Amino acid sequence: MSSDQDHLKETDTEARFEFKKEENAAVRSGKGLTEEVIRMISDDKDEPDWMLERRLRALEQYHNMPMPSDWPGMPDLSELDVEEIIPYIRPDVDKREGVDDWTELPDEIKDTFDKLGIPEAEKNALSGVGAQYESEVVYQNMQEQWEEKGVIFCNMDEAVREHPELVKEHFMTTCVPPSDNKFAALHGAVWSGGSFVYVPEDVTVEMPVQAYFRMNSEGMGQFEHTLIIAEEGSEVHYIEGCSAPKYGTHNLHSGGVEVFVGEDAHVQYSTVQNWSKNTFNLNTKRAICEENGTMEWVSGSMGSKVTMLYPCTILKGRGSTDTHITIALAGEGQDIDTGAKVYHNAPETSSTIESKSISKDGGRTNYRGLVHIADGAENSSTAVECDALMFDNESTSDTMPYMEIEESKVDVAHEATVGKIGDEDIFYLQSRGLDDDDAKKMIVAGFIEPITEELPIEYAVELNRLIELEMEGSLG
Amino acid sequence: MARLELSNLHAEVAEGDEKILEGVDLEVQSGEIHALMGPNGSGKSTTAKVIAGHPAYEVTEGEVLLHLEDEEFGEDIEIDEDQRTWNLLDLDPNERAALGIFLGFQYPAEIEGVTMTNFLRTALNAKIEEREELFEDEEGAEEEEEDEGFENSPMEGPADDGEVGVAEFQGILQEKMEQLEMDEKFAQRYLNAGFSGGEKKQNEVLQAAILEPSIAVLDEIDSGLDIDRLQDVSNGINALRDEQGTGILQITHYQRILDYVEPDHVHVMLDGQIAKSGGPELAEKLEDKGYDWVRDEVYGTA
Repeated sequence: MSSDQDHLKETDTEARFEFKKEENAAVRSGKGLTEEVIRMISDDKDEPDWMLERRLRALEQYHNMPMPSDWPGMPDLSELDVEEIIPYIRPDVDKREGVDDWTELPDEIKDTFDKLGIPEAEKNALSGVGAQYESEVVYQNMQEQWEEKGVIFCNMDEAVREHPELVKEHFMTTCVPPSDNKFAALHGAVWSGGSFVYVPEDVTVEMPVQAYFRMNSEGMGQFEHTLIIAEEGSEVHYIEGCSAPKYGTHNLHSGGVEVFVGEDAHVQYSTVQNWSKNTFNLNTKRAICEENGTMEWVSGSMGSKVTMLYPCTILKGRGSTDTHITIALAGEGQDIDTGAKVYHNAPETSSTIESKSISKDGGRTNYRGLVHIADGAENSSTAVECDALMFDNESTSDTMPYMEIEESKVDVAHEATVGKIGDEDIFYLQSRGLDDDDAKKMIVAGFIEPITEELPIEYAVELNRLIELEMEGSLG
Repeated sequence: MARLELSNLHAEVAEGDEKILEGVDLEVQSGEIHALMGPNGSGKSTTAKVIAGHPAYEVTEGEVLLHLEDEEFGEDIEIDEDQRTWNLLDLDPNERAALGIFLGFQYPAEIEGVTMTNFLRTALNAKIEEREELFEDEEGAEEEEEDEGFENSPMEGPADDGEVGVAEFQGILQEKMEQLEMDEKFAQRYLNAGFSGGEKKQNEVLQAAILEPSIAVLDEIDSGLDIDRLQDVSNGINALRDEQGTGILQITHYQRILDYVEPDHVHVMLDGQIAKSGGPELAEKLEDKGYDWVRDEVYGTA
């Protein structure tokens, strides 16, 4: 067993996610969404005028758009009061853009990430790692060898200052404009922190780049923006992990992710999210794929009260490919509404969606998907597979796959299975010596194996542990 | 030496009151091979499942006792006088497994995503751990912390002291698979997923070989096997008895497997009871004459 796994083993998992630190903020916005709050955020970040203008325009769009309400079976958002959310908290870190030496971090932040196993992950096989605490990236490091090849990995605020041309062109313009949906507009107004990844032509970043997001304060919102630009022929794997402790009031996480996959480029975006059970997790994530580009989404959604997340890929160039692998786990009081969207806008494009969900103790999971094959996208193919596993009769799982096929020369497949966790399967494992709990854990671990095999070992172990933790004591 | 004793065992389906077992008496010792034969619906599989603790059946009367000798599990575990007899009906299925009961399934479950290697090592270690808990002295038991499950995920397997590590287990698995003439690729396949009927049966025998039970109940392990595979499986069963001293309760419809696995005792089950017992010659007679003559003899009907 390697030392990183030993480290993960040492700390009690539950304590690692549930602890919280006294808030020690340098700057804290007021509640609610006013022009004043937006100006204050932008001012605190020393932003150029063009970014402030984009924020204000997004704010206006936010106020003009209704909450989504006409989706069949959509999660209940009535308890979410955006006006009560604190959109911006800057932790007390001396250097505005964060530090690149771990020891310079304030103790309470260092402790937090140490408990979460960051930056231990960095030591083994990561090209770079960033850590965001509340609204700001507090730590960022990238291995020199990648910097020398022109790879950029920095926080989004720094990117606005240091790489304005790239950001101006790509930030919430063609991929996720604020007009896309109400929460994209909200995000455009109050976004803060996040990651900027730029990979030049023909550069392959062999080791994953990692970012970790931690929301610590009560009643806050976290709105990090991730912008990944992979130029022609390049390759990169970006991983993010997220967590927050539980408080009495609701938190809001509304991230934005934009990925530009150039010709023949390959981007994998993996995420393991474990927001606390009072977090509304409402995100917009989208990729645009040029000719023969490949986009892979791998996501595990464990925590949150409500998650609405449908990573989207626009297959714009001929021969481009998209893969989605998603796992959702919903326990008591949770509604995890997640899925995938793919637009086949060019010929010979292909997509695969593999969705797995687990519901227990009355939790609800829903697969909500959209596959659109445009007229003229001939010889394209899509395969959608949804498997749901339920632990008891109180839990529910729905599947809502939409297919809009405008072209006849295509290959479309959809398969769905829903099953209660099998008594015979459990008995079989018990008869071999596993107790009831461990038998169920083993079945679930096997069920999610397709996702864990896509992740680096630390994440795979972490995901298994999170799921086990979610299942502790909840089994009959 | 262990001895499994079923006495006056009555059982019915847990949800409903359909009676299936109506007073089964049977004894199987380590090192013996018993064949349990009988027509469909006579209660053979139910007997097997009740021994292993399947939750679908409710025992309404009778006992299933397991008698152990003091060196049953080697020198590491000392068995007190008052711990030599266990009523299996009081125990969970995994506890029965830890005491040395193995059930070979007619239709084993297919578990996707769990490799054979991970599964078998996890099972072996779970059994060792459970056995320690069952036999530790009572003072120790109070101090023992609550079972917190695996140190890592079940996919990673336990890493505690005294348990079988990955490398050691690879050796054990490889050796047993060679004995059973199984392809080494089996180790990385998912548990029974996509296995042919024959592969599944072979896999059940492999599991018994690795878990080293005192008593193995094999439920129609011969069904759906071609002649080559039947020989492989039979060799495996004979090895269980000859090399590990396992007692075998072989449930079967047909004489065929008994040509390879020669029973010491043959029992005929009819309507939820053992109607007749005898030696190997009884099986031959059943092959020639069917079950009706037993029914005639027992019930005196024409």
